[in-house]
Amino acid sequence: MKTREQNPDLNRRSFLKVSLLASGALIVGVSWTVSAGANEIMNETWMPNLYVRINRDGTVTIVSKNPEAGQGVKTAFPMVVAECLEVDWKDVNVEQAPLDDRYGRQVVGGSRGTPDGWDDLRIAGTGALYLLTAAAAGKWGVPASECKAQDGVIHHPGSGRSARYDELLDFAAALPVPEVSELKLKSRPEDFSLLGSFVPGVDNHKILTGQPLFGADTRIEGMLYAVYEKCPIYAGKVRKANVEQIRKLPGVTHAFVVEGTQNLHGLMPGVAIVAETWWEANSARDKLRVDWETSQADSTADYDKQAAALADASGETLRSDGDIEKALGAADKVIEASYYYPFVSHANMEPQNCTALYHESGKMELWAPSQNPKSGRSLIAEVLGIPEGQIHVNITRIGGGFGRKLVNDFMVEAAWIAREVRRPVQLQWTREDDMRHDFYRPAAWHHFKAGIDGNGRMAAFDHHFITFGRGGKTISGAGLAPNHYPAGLVQNFRLRQSIIEANVPTGPWRSPGHSAYCFAYQSFFDEVALAAGRDQLEFRLDLLSRSYGDPPLDLARTSGTLRMAAEKAGWGRDPGANRGLGMAFHFDHGGFVSHVAQVVAEGSRIRVEKVWSGIDVGPVINLSGARNQVEGCVVDALSTAQLEITFANGAAVQSNFSDYDLLRINQAPEIECHFIQSEHSPMGLGEPPIAPATPAITNAIFAATGTRIRELPFSRAGIST
Amino acid sequence: MSQVTLKINGKNHTLDIPPGMPLLWALRDKLNMVGTKFSCGIGICGSCTVLVDGMPMRSCILPAAGMAGNEITTIEGFAPNGDHPVQIAWNEEDVPQCGYCQGGQILTAAALLDSNPNPSDKDIDDAMSEVICRCGTYFRIRKAIKRAATLAAEDGGAA
Repeated sequence: MKTREQNPDLNRRSFLKVSLLASGALIVGVSWTVSAGANEIMNETWMPNLYVRINRDGTVTIVSKNPEAGQGVKTAFPMVVAECLEVDWKDVNVEQAPLDDRYGRQVVGGSRGTPDGWDDLRIAGTGALYLLTAAAAGKWGVPASECKAQDGVIHHPGSGRSARYDELLDFAAALPVPEVSELKLKSRPEDFSLLGSFVPGVDNHKILTGQPLFGADTRIEGMLYAVYEKCPIYAGKVRKANVEQIRKLPGVTHAFVVEGTQNLHGLMPGVAIVAETWWEANSARDKLRVDWETSQADSTADYDKQAAALADASGETLRSDGDIEKALGAADKVIEASYYYPFVSHANMEPQNCTALYHESGKMELWAPSQNPKSGRSLIAEVLGIPEGQIHVNITRIGGGFGRKLVNDFMVEAAWIAREVRRPVQLQWTREDDMRHDFYRPAAWHHFKAGIDGNGRMAAFDHHFITFGRGGKTISGAGLAPNHYPAGLVQNFRLRQSIIEANVPTGPWRSPGHSAYCFAYQSFFDEVALAAGRDQLEFRLDLLSRSYGDPPLDLARTSGTLRMAAEKAGWGRDPGANRGLGMAFHFDHGGFVSHVAQVVAEGSRIRVEKVWSGIDVGPVINLSGARNQVEGCVVDALSTAQLEITFANGAAVQSNFSDYDLLRINQAPEIECHFIQSEHSPMGLGEPPIAPATPAITNAIFAATGTRIRELPFSRAGIST
Repeated sequence: MSQVTLKINGKNHTLDIPPGMPLLWALRDKLNMVGTKFSCGIGICGSCTVLVDGMPMRSCILPAAGMAGNEITTIEGFAPNGDHPVQIAWNEEDVPQCGYCQGGQILTAAALLDSNPNPSDKDIDDAMSEVICRCGTYFRIRKAIKRAATLAAEDGGAA
């Protein structure tokens, strides 16, 4: 049984016959007409470009280029093409593209999929429709401008003639492709019929009936299963291991040491065990004895000590506006508070896995649930010395990404093992491997001081940020942009940074940085507003009413989302006994999101009853997918605010859901989304809703209980859900 | 190796099972039935849920060798056409995000509705707290279970 959604070789050959129409061509300003040989019929299928295929039997196939990790792109992207192609959505088949450079960016990350794909996808659909319309007009001898398309049929109302797309393929294929400038691209909600509606995911049927889709579902004739033991203490090397003994265990076919590299994001040293079944490989691991050579012993306790020692350090000044010392001295009131959040894990439900097949010809084929398969291919090329052109990556559905699968350690491990073994191999990590070898969202400390002037305004904001780095530079996910608000919103502003050296792996975690520090900023704003005796909404809207120099975010759009969330939540009402409302705004990854949360306190336990969200990411593509991301982000925020990863002796302490217990349904709030469909291009939603969710909740906890949460997880303040 | 005959989705499969192999790995690696998912391996997340004589159980900690004589239903065999009220409701509410845990969610929800055709929010929370969804589809799971209950009632209680 093979699980792949298409035959890559067939597509590769076919694609070579058509040219790159949309991707890239538009970006560099080159018209379609440079691509001679485009727009032809192969194997009964018209392929006007990389995204659209119409068969003579009427079948319409739309290719989705990006990996699907639950962010909804495999439904949303083809919807854009279908909208512009004027086909009935129920007639569309969606096919996942493999990694193919002609598609340009094929990444789940940075919420960049939507803005990146918006133009190319509209050009692909609109361009194909342009040719079909011209074909019908030519056939009938009428002006193309008099023809209209709907649900896969071109109509000429004047003569009453009509033709299905599949009847026009030969005519369309004979036409020259148009200049992009000749195409009228739909851009606003009032132009849309499909976009903006609630469309269930294209893979739902397969998911609901358990059909193979995910990386770990890959099955290939003759395939073996592998586990890979790495040193729990990061960067530990193998001195020796009892691999001879392991090879004799039941089902085990191979056991060997992988020397690896010292790249924490690459092929780390370890021991591979390969067996006929994964259970046998993993059972053999119980008998594995490895003598590790380790070189570091990082611990949370030590990080905490260093952070405490640095609290009063001057740090490196990253930005200084006005005169902070003078402004604080002149302030009516000075508010001071310190915030902390811990390291956290991605904990995606599908533990890392990858299937690889090394062909005797020197080619490598992989089935990878990677958020960035292209960087995985580069890593394999670099470490294994296989040219990138010899590496083919099939993109599988991903059982949760959240940034974890932007790092492709699991791909290079599978590739290495497969080349050693010379049989198809599926590497499957355990949950413990996954949690102990994550690229964690880094912890940080924020020391804030704010000066309130005679008008109750925040006139000074002094911030000392203590974060993690290596060699004096912040490590992945640990940086803070000097122009981040409230820089630019406060006349006197200073940001200083101190760095703690760390040897643990860190990386992007859903809305990197933002999902953590927004909690600190927006909680502290709550404290400042209270000290100034002002309403939280009024204080924030006032803060967003002016800027000093370039505004750090679009003030009108941000305020719009905050007003929307507040209005829908009924801000200002009495929420009732033991209840409180809290709010926060934020901007990241192109999206503007504000939330208002309602919390009820039941002793030391709190329950988030409901969250109202105001969102501005431009026009919504798939209403279901968009709401799903907002709902998911709110749950993710509430879950993560109660979790932490700690380190002892250079290794992560937590290892499974028993000590990293993700939120369950009984703690999940109701979420109500309100979209402001502004006059801007659509942006992604996988990340922007998460950052303001945490402080909206913690501010609501304060309103309900009087307990100000300045440290995460909640348990540090004696609070649980 | 020991030989065991497992009745899965109404069909008998005779397999050679390594000692201690859980049902999950017999399904995935011996039978290539990959609908049942591996996630925690210690029976606490619910991604690997199967129905054993109609009851939701954790296949990652159930020794396969002990399952002879039980009726095992996996997500592949539950309602292969996707026409069970739970599946219909799941699609209409568009519950899945990544989808990895959803087989476990659906089987757990179906077992709940089997024993309790009209569950309250509390009943839903109690039953469904057994299955983690990292994407946070909980709000929709509640709605989908209520929709499925309505659909089943319209069908004459066939859930």
